[in-house]
Amino acid sequence: MLQFILVQNRQGKTRLAKYYTPYDVRCWFLIDQFLDRGLDDEKVKLKGEVHRLVAPRDQKYQSNFVEFRNFKIVYRRYAGLFFCACVDSNDNELAYLEAIHFFVEVLDTFFGNVCELDLVFNFYKVYAILDEVFLAGEIEETSKQVVLRRLEFLDRLE
Amino acid sequence: MSSLKSFIKSVRAAKTMADERAVIQKESAAIRTSFREDFTDTNLRRQNIAKLLYLFTLGERTHFGQIECLKLLATSKFSDKRLGYLGTMLLLDENQEVLTLVTNSLKNDLNHPNQYVVALALCTLGNIASQEMARDLFTDIEKLVVTQNPYLRKKAALCAMRIIRKVPELEERFVDKAKSLLGDHHHGVLICGMTLAYDLCVEQPNLIPQFRQFIPSLVRQLKSLTTSGYTPEHDVAGISDPFLQVKILRLLRVLGRGDQSATEQMNDILAQIATNTDSSKNVGNAILYETVLTILDIDADSGLRVLGINILGRFLGTKDNNVKYVGLNTLSKVVELEPNAVQRHRNTILECLHDADISIRRRALDLSFDLINEQNVRVLVRELLVFLETADTEFKANMTIQICVAADKYAPNKRWHIDTVLRVLKLAGNYVSEQIISQFIALVSNTPNMQLYTVQKLYSLLRSDITQEGLTLAGAWIIGEYGDELLKAGTFEDEETTLEVKESDIVQIFEGLLYSTYATQTVHEYVLDALVKLSIRMSDPSQIERIRRLIMSQTTALDVEIQQRAVEYAELFGFDDIRRGVLEKMPAAVIREDRKLQPEKKAIKSVTRVASQPKSETDILLDLMSGGFDDMPQSSAVASANGDLLSMALGGGNFPPLPTSPSLTNGKANGQTTGNTSDLLADVFGGSPSTASAQPQANGQQQSINDILGLFSTQASSTSASASAPVSPPMQISSPTLTQTLNPPVVNPAGGQTYPSYPAYAQNGLTLTLQPIRDGTTPAGVVNILASFTNTGSIPLNHITFQVAVPKTQHVELRPISKADLAPGESASQAVRVSASVGAQVRLRLRVSFGKGGGGEEIVEQVLFNQFPADLLAS
Repeated sequence: MLQFILVQNRQGKTRLAKYYTPYDVRCWFLIDQFLDRGLDDEKVKLKGEVHRLVAPRDQKYQSNFVEFRNFKIVYRRYAGLFFCACVDSNDNELAYLEAIHFFVEVLDTFFGNVCELDLVFNFYKVYAILDEVFLAGEIEETSKQVVLRRLEFLDRLE
Repeated sequence: MSSLKSFIKSVRAAKTMADERAVIQKESAAIRTSFREDFTDTNLRRQNIAKLLYLFTLGERTHFGQIECLKLLATSKFSDKRLGYLGTMLLLDENQEVLTLVTNSLKNDLNHPNQYVVALALCTLGNIASQEMARDLFTDIEKLVVTQNPYLRKKAALCAMRIIRKVPELEERFVDKAKSLLGDHHHGVLICGMTLAYDLCVEQPNLIPQFRQFIPSLVRQLKSLTTSGYTPEHDVAGISDPFLQVKILRLLRVLGRGDQSATEQMNDILAQIATNTDSSKNVGNAILYETVLTILDIDADSGLRVLGINILGRFLGTKDNNVKYVGLNTLSKVVELEPNAVQRHRNTILECLHDADISIRRRALDLSFDLINEQNVRVLVRELLVFLETADTEFKANMTIQICVAADKYAPNKRWHIDTVLRVLKLAGNYVSEQIISQFIALVSNTPNMQLYTVQKLYSLLRSDITQEGLTLAGAWIIGEYGDELLKAGTFEDEETTLEVKESDIVQIFEGLLYSTYATQTVHEYVLDALVKLSIRMSDPSQIERIRRLIMSQTTALDVEIQQRAVEYAELFGFDDIRRGVLEKMPAAVIREDRKLQPEKKAIKSVTRVASQPKSETDILLDLMSGGFDDMPQSSAVASANGDLLSMALGGGNFPPLPTSPSLTNGKANGQTTGNTSDLLADVFGGSPSTASAQPQANGQQQSINDILGLFSTQASSTSASASAPVSPPMQISSPTLTQTLNPPVVNPAGGQTYPSYPAYAQNGLTLTLQPIRDGTTPAGVVNILASFTNTGSIPLNHITFQVAVPKTQHVELRPISKADLAPGESASQAVRVSASVGAQVRLRLRVSFGKGGGGEEIVEQVLFNQFPADLLAS
């Protein structure tokens, strides 16, 4: 099962962050009143950790899997973007690698040769696409056509 | 208010971090104000939420928008709803209280006539449903799982999975639904159905038999996927819906596990996939990998299993690091189940040692050690030694241990064993732990016919290289001990030519060692010991004088330990009549099985003291039993015990049972084979353990020996050298020294937090209670426990010994018992100190042994004690 999906660029700027398990977001009103700290401390820390783990890895000589806490990160780099999926340690890494690629292919067809800027300006659409491919941390649809047709309908409804 | 696009642009346009923060904060403030002021304008609200989501992606605080999201999703306009749900999913999670407010909207939307609205609600439910929501909404999901619309069906299936994860008792509502999904014609629904069924089976194994009836249909589906040819809808690199294939294989795995007939039904298709899947692309390998996992997990026949392992072997041979990685990972999981099949890929595994990726190298290394057995130990260890030379520094320490363990376990003969350790010392002498050296010394001292060979080898090795600390230490000890044989037989250049070794050559080497820049404190200590021993193994007076001068030169050493040794040894030169006696050869060290080196998996950082980390609970008991007090506290034993120690320390006399400190001795009832002589040897002759400070007991023990040595020198001069060594120092002097040094912390029963006494044992006339004591001065994570013994019977109890073991993450120290023999009605006490991590539960394994009456029956009892309050170490 997916724990979270992160898309980060080489500088560590997050372009997409989706969590399928809660990552310690504490009682917001408490933090608001008494602490002058960010709400999502844990998530910020996590993003930094993932970036430091993944970014320096060699593309050619190293595998696309890194152990992370009790999980594994399966990542793949497309141009300047790292697509990282954190999965359970007994999950099939190769299949998730393929799933990442599937997601990127959908993005590519949807935006027509996708680039980082597409993700920046249309981030809410990216989230919508993600929700059509993964749900509750599991892959939901494996046909590109079905996903794209669905997205088309949804956009027409707006 | 700017639009979302211009906001993003201005964030991106910011030149510095500070600029960016300013832009973000300004916008964030604007959004808050807008939330407070405009209640009606949904367009504005939508824009704000969109910006908020951007802020979320950047990692900013967004909680203030949660309620606004909920408002947005409750509106009727689809685009508002869509953004509202999107925001809810991102900004909230299952632990947020606000989430309860969503439940009602979700309920409405799940019954909405528009399928897209229902889909949004399903998606939200699937991603962030809390336990409460799961209970409230499962009936709607039940309906939707069997709806006509495949788009909703698949989402509902995953929602059902989420609901069951949150509320397991709801599963029976979904079992039949899940079954109906397994025959679905729509791939998306099928894949979600498989996931649901898998989850049900894993969460609730008693459902597995019910699902076994679907094996034939699953097999059929798999077959049609693999033979269907090109399907444009789901094709990935020429393979038809690999994701579905993986899911089916995974479901088959849980269904086939442990069931013969189920396994038989899937054997064929597994073999078919394993042989026919194209392994040139990642997709194919993903399927192959899943197939292998299934084959190895179910009771597949041996042919199929070998096929599976061969696939993994093939993975190792590819250029793709990902595939190599999963291959190695899986092989190391199955090496114990299928040793022979894995052995066949030994060479490929060894090749992976030279891979460019360090994580692959590490896995290959672990696997190589798992592969070693009697038959291949020569080949594999040779390969590993070659690798040791070039291995990454972080591997070396662990490798030295692993190689030595393997050599110890599988050595075909002693010569090979000694050669192997020598090679390890030569190649990675700076990374070996003291344990390896003391084991090696014990090995040599137990193998008289190899002593000459070893000393010759070490002599020539030391002549060429003094940079490896481990080699230097072993060499110093062995040459010091067996130097006379070296002098007699000479050394060899090659196998044939022997060269004479002059006494001056040996002293020369030690002189070089003493003044070399590589010499650590421990090296100095070993060299001093060796020199003083050599002083009686040599005959040339001029060389003996040279040795004396060398030792004298260290009497001004800055290190107190070295200085003390030097002073004592220099003093010893004044007593020629006893010097010869005390510096006699050491008797062969006893090697105890349970003190042997234990490999520690992933022991990369700290390997010292690795041997004291036993594997299983029972070992812990044996090992951590602080039973060194077996004979120590009993008054009469002390004097002779110290005497023994003394004679031991100086290498004289027989090898009597060793009374030692708790950290070293194990709880054997009579201290008969208080093994770990090697340890003691190392400690006595080798000086301080490298990590002495980390282990208070080691320190204490070290010191106690020093104290004895100290005692000896003063004692010897004052008693005008009684004819024979060893001298037994009077008990009243040494005894307090020992106990003080062993147990610095003084237990203070008064003051501080009081706990009740917990009865731990009451049988055979002996009552034992344990009372934890913690006061303000007790450090966090430490508790003192007062053990009280009372003789409630009518006959005297004697030789009461009390031993305590804790889990290996914790640490225990024992003070001696106040009185080991109890007359009826008498009581005694003993202090125990347990250190663990803060908040840990203190669980003890106790062992009490005592004799009833004079020479009556011996009673040994073990109990598990875990009645202490769980919060004992809470602060």
